[in-house]
Amino acid sequence: MVTTPPRPGASGLAERSSAQLTIDGVHRTFPSPDGGTVQALVDANLSVRPGEFIALIGPSGCGKSTLFNLIAGLDTPTSGRIRIDGVDRSGQQGLVGYMLQKDLLLPWRTILENVVLGLEISGVRKRAAHAIARPLLTTYGLGGFENRYPHQLSGGMRQRAALLRTILFNRDIILLDEPFGALDAQTREQMQEWLLDLWDDFQKTVLFVTHDIDEAIYLSDRVFVMSARPGRIVAEFEVGLDRPRKPSVVTSPEFVRLKAEARELLNGAHASAAPLAEVA
Amino acid sequence: MTALAPPPVRNRRPETSADSLEELATLRATTSPTVRRRRERGEPSAWTVWALRLGVVVLGLGLWEAGVRAGFVDPFFWSQPSRIWDTATIAFANGDILSNARFTFTSTVLGFVIGVVGGVTVGLSFWWSRRYALTAEPLFIAFEAMPKLALAPIVVLVLGLGMGSKVAMATALVIVIQVLNTFSAVKAVDKDLTTLMYSLGASRWQVFTKVVVPSTLPWIASSLRVAIGLALTGAIVGEYIGSTAGLGRMIQYAGSTYDIALIWVGVFTLAILSMLLYVVVSWFERRLLKGITHQA
Repeated sequence: MVTTPPRPGASGLAERSSAQLTIDGVHRTFPSPDGGTVQALVDANLSVRPGEFIALIGPSGCGKSTLFNLIAGLDTPTSGRIRIDGVDRSGQQGLVGYMLQKDLLLPWRTILENVVLGLEISGVRKRAAHAIARPLLTTYGLGGFENRYPHQLSGGMRQRAALLRTILFNRDIILLDEPFGALDAQTREQMQEWLLDLWDDFQKTVLFVTHDIDEAIYLSDRVFVMSARPGRIVAEFEVGLDRPRKPSVVTSPEFVRLKAEARELLNGAHASAAPLAEVA
Repeated sequence: MTALAPPPVRNRRPETSADSLEELATLRATTSPTVRRRRERGEPSAWTVWALRLGVVVLGLGLWEAGVRAGFVDPFFWSQPSRIWDTATIAFANGDILSNARFTFTSTVLGFVIGVVGGVTVGLSFWWSRRYALTAEPLFIAFEAMPKLALAPIVVLVLGLGMGSKVAMATALVIVIQVLNTFSAVKAVDKDLTTLMYSLGASRWQVFTKVVVPSTLPWIASSLRVAIGLALTGAIVGEYIGSTAGLGRMIQYAGSTYDIALIWVGVFTLAILSMLLYVVVSWFERRLLKGITHQA
């Protein structure tokens, strides 16, 4: 599927951030407690263009988190390669922004101190990092909360802070593992809008894991469908909806058609998983 | 179905559950709401509570004194408040109490500080190597199980009658519990937080200083009150075994000369010293916790 035109609205900025991610025949096997092996991920292949928004959907245990850990370099593939900008980066950390499901804000740090964590680790001086972060906090809805502690914020606000921390880590590729999974429906919708704004402003390449078909289609350019036991990528489809998208797009015929297609693919993924589970 | 709540009959309901539904309806009709009585009066005032506490103490001392005067209580074994007071005044005046208390206080505080710092350092070091931690932990648990007070004679023999042996006893009691407590804290560090740090390209040292140490601080802070009590116990036992000074030695000496009043003076002084240390450490703990968690 190389036929997708570049994102509408993608300007020169997108070309400059020429990050490209290639997952090349990646397998990951873990030893299981009974002495055998568990195949967490089998022959994963995917290629992501700069500035693209990719969604991954699939049932629990389909290896989404394994895949993200591999891309983030927290784990090394049993076989296969992970390439960033054409260079093999398997097992190397600190090259992509990774946001886990929990906000994981450090409770003893203020919001400002939390969002600069990535900059701080990469050696930017505290004052400089704060100077970069402050205006962004204001622009992205956290103005006035700089000196609050995480426990003083609502779930949505904390998630914002966590996402800004990921953005401020300043990498071209960001991995978002069900970032809005724990939020209520209304907050989640606001956060989706907000994420699209951020993505537009920062021209990041995004990989987004979700259980929610609507969310996947609404946000992304391409959707990958995964199946469980063993985890594998079973299908992919393009989302040709125009950007910028309005929330009302979810009622358009095209959206409904894509949703039906996604559901069918997911069901297929479930069905194909069943016999394999017996083998494993 | 009772008359109270006749549910609309639906066809989809399977026949088999009809009995259960009826049973539930009957139960609902027969249950009455519970009423929780609220307390009318609020908290008693601080003054009342303090007055009552003082009253209990005065009453206890009064009964004691009266018992001795009436001949119910043998003053040879139990002494009496008035005589204790006299002994205390003399012991204070000649500086006995203060110099002994200072000795005990100093050895306790030294043992506490060395024990806490040492224990926390060792406990935190377990984070760095799994093999090292697995090797060392059972040894510490074994040491913890050992009655360390029983080692006091050896410690005093090796380190002498001076302050060194008392500090060593206090340290021995504090350090093991601190090691184990800190290691529990290290094990409780949120794995996702360390994962996040590594994903940001953090070095082990950065993970250690930015996540592990701050995560364990609340655990360490809340173990300090226990530690100060243990330090005092260690120091006193060291003094009992053999010492040139200290409240423990004073009590032990008074006991061997049948000076029961002086024993009581020593015990009450120890109680005051212990409370003082406890209050200071609790205050420090609260400050520390507030500084870390930013919660009231």
